[in-house]
Amino acid sequence: MKVTIDGQEIDVEPGTTILQAARMIGGDLVPPAMCYYSKLKGSGGKCRCCLVEVSKGSEADPRPMPKLVASCVTGCMDGMEVNSSASPRVEEARKSVTEFLLINHPLDCPVCDQAGECDLQNLSFQHGKSQTRFIEEKRTFEPEDIGDKIQLHMNRCILCQRCVQLADQLCDGRVHGVMNRGDHAQISTYITNAIDNEFSGNMIDVCPVGALTDKTFRFKSRVWFNKPYNAHRNCDKCCGKTTVWMFGDEIQRVTARKDEYHEVEDFICNTCRFDKKDVKDWVIEGPRKFEKFSVINRNKYALNAPKVEIKTEDQILLGRKEDQKKISMVKVPLNNTNDNSKS
Amino acid sequence: MGTKILLDKINIPGIKTYEVYRANGGYASVEKALKTLTPDEVTEEVKTSGLRGRGGAGFPMGLKWSFIDKKSGKPRHLVCNADESEPGTFKDRYLMEYIPHLLIEGMITSSYALGANLSYIYIRGEYMWVYKILERAIKEAYAAGWLGKNILGTDFSLDLHVHCGAGAYICGEETALIESLEGKRGNPRIKPPFPAVSGLWTNPTVVNNVESISAVPWIVMNSGEEYAKIGVGRSTGTKLISASGHIKNPGVYEIELGLSVEEFMNSDEYLGGMMNDRPLKALVPGGSSVPILPANLIYKTAAGEDRLMTYESLSDGGFATGSMLGSGGFIVYNDTTCIVRNTWNFSRFYHHESCGQCTPCREGTGWLEKVLHRIEHGHGRMEDIDLLWDIQSKIEGNTICPLGDAASWPVAAAIRHFREEFEYHIRFPERIKNRDHFVNEPFEKVRNLV
Repeated sequence: MKVTIDGQEIDVEPGTTILQAARMIGGDLVPPAMCYYSKLKGSGGKCRCCLVEVSKGSEADPRPMPKLVASCVTGCMDGMEVNSSASPRVEEARKSVTEFLLINHPLDCPVCDQAGECDLQNLSFQHGKSQTRFIEEKRTFEPEDIGDKIQLHMNRCILCQRCVQLADQLCDGRVHGVMNRGDHAQISTYITNAIDNEFSGNMIDVCPVGALTDKTFRFKSRVWFNKPYNAHRNCDKCCGKTTVWMFGDEIQRVTARKDEYHEVEDFICNTCRFDKKDVKDWVIEGPRKFEKFSVINRNKYALNAPKVEIKTEDQILLGRKEDQKKISMVKVPLNNTNDNSKS
Repeated sequence: MGTKILLDKINIPGIKTYEVYRANGGYASVEKALKTLTPDEVTEEVKTSGLRGRGGAGFPMGLKWSFIDKKSGKPRHLVCNADESEPGTFKDRYLMEYIPHLLIEGMITSSYALGANLSYIYIRGEYMWVYKILERAIKEAYAAGWLGKNILGTDFSLDLHVHCGAGAYICGEETALIESLEGKRGNPRIKPPFPAVSGLWTNPTVVNNVESISAVPWIVMNSGEEYAKIGVGRSTGTKLISASGHIKNPGVYEIELGLSVEEFMNSDEYLGGMMNDRPLKALVPGGSSVPILPANLIYKTAAGEDRLMTYESLSDGGFATGSMLGSGGFIVYNDTTCIVRNTWNFSRFYHHESCGQCTPCREGTGWLEKVLHRIEHGHGRMEDIDLLWDIQSKIEGNTICPLGDAASWPVAAAIRHFREEFEYHIRFPERIKNRDHFVNEPFEKVRNLV
């Protein structure tokens, strides 16, 4: 089937979604996705970030679709023409979704552990507005302890439900889910339950924001101060292929390896993630690169500062002149000490 | 007096019981369908009738039936949507409470047409007493041999269950209803696949409203052609209207589609005019989710024609001057009504009922409600009106299910037609604190911001 996205044509297999086709082409036309996760079955369609405009349905039915469609759950048709980043309508929709996501999300990137690798941060970087129109009080939740490995910060959750789907598909006996409705909805565990499963740590990796973070890494470092390396070990539970995040010689964090769309290549077990923090546990393969434009890369690829030439002699002479001025300065008369003595 | 299809037997004493219902011609359509018609012929009759879904969307019912996947070899299901939760709508409750066997008869005939051997009535949790009435009626139908194995000695078997929901508006959306029926959280599914291909337990499923299914026995008995003769144009047959608000005779009425709004409002047979003869200010013709109409657009369309109780006339061809027939929740407001308060009230409902699955609905409905709450309580800013407009326009059309549209339309229409009232609230917050304002001052004075 032939599909054209933003003027670029590609051949795809039947059953391919628009988002998948866009990712095959790559570049700026790839719609952002907060809830879609290619490794999780049935994900997508919820966040509405990936809305695109279908200007031609197919060769058989060329009528355009009246509404914007979620590209992650809409299948390609032969001859379909899609406008993604080239469409002002799509751009407006993405801006509005970003605004909606940010109205209740605390803008606490400076203290959030996810800062630098947060999909919402990237989304707002690309589609956000400089000012909020939301003057009401943000929705907040009581802190909740969901187990010894994962920290839940519900205020930051955007209800993408990736963690729930992951637990459904990867863990034995899911003990957490979505409670309540609307913007009162929250991720929580069933009463008296804690998340304790060998693969539960992957919930941290699939969380696009800082709602689920690693308790063993929390507040230890900012990610841009870490050096990520590909590493592996023999593991009987998972593939053992990970990224270790090092600060000097210390492994501060272990995560699964993520691709350019921040999706893990293989899920890893909790033993690899939480318990193997010694360099001897791992075979370090080499530094890991981040291909995708993201906030984390901003520091790594900053513009070079202009080189400053200091002419030593001139500076010294200038300093001497300044000193001479100070020395030769007329003394400021002191206050009348007599008056003071009188008082 | 118009033709009565659904409510013609409602006043017969004891019609709730099987014996009385049967003695008055009940279950005749099942006999006729099972003994003389093939399933496809029943579907064809419904198609010919032009009956449009009475739940609110108005999609042709026969066409919906024809979409069901018969080639897959999977079991098929009919699910009756009795999750009537739209504010201002209470017609299905009336039917189920007073003549429950009519729905059961419709379910059997419709299930036969669809080839469904396991059907459900999904009823909202708040209708517990109606649930018990239906349970009893189903038990009676089983005892009389209308349900169960080999009905009337034919090959057709049907099991019918009533499922009580937990009380969520979103479960009235067909895919959320199916999720809930499967025992999951009532979240709408992404379409496609549509339920006709993959519905309940991934089997082909048709979801129809109580009123739509209750009309099937009449169509089978009298032919689709006869049904199509009632009504106007593509709006055929009769429609139940649940009328409430500032009118003399609130209640459930069965009208022939095509009746003029003016006649429905003012004739003694129907609503009998305005309560206490106060001036008419606005009207919501199809339940809280449809746009509100101002007084000047209630009886006449923008083109100057009489506004009729039809899908087409009420929607005014899709222009902003129209509304929708929707579910038939006819809410009438007199001049003492505060439109801002009313809009806030609706918005509060949609905020509470949003399932929270998709971003624009989850966050947008809450934002709308908060801004409206502020305006209503005297803390509004002039830019809030444009902000409301902007928020609602960004929810509309961008959500998984129509709840987002339902939340945005009332706000859009209220601002479009009653912007002065919003401005009045913002400019004179101290007057708004005293709710007597809208009772003591004439509406025109409010509109002119005097």
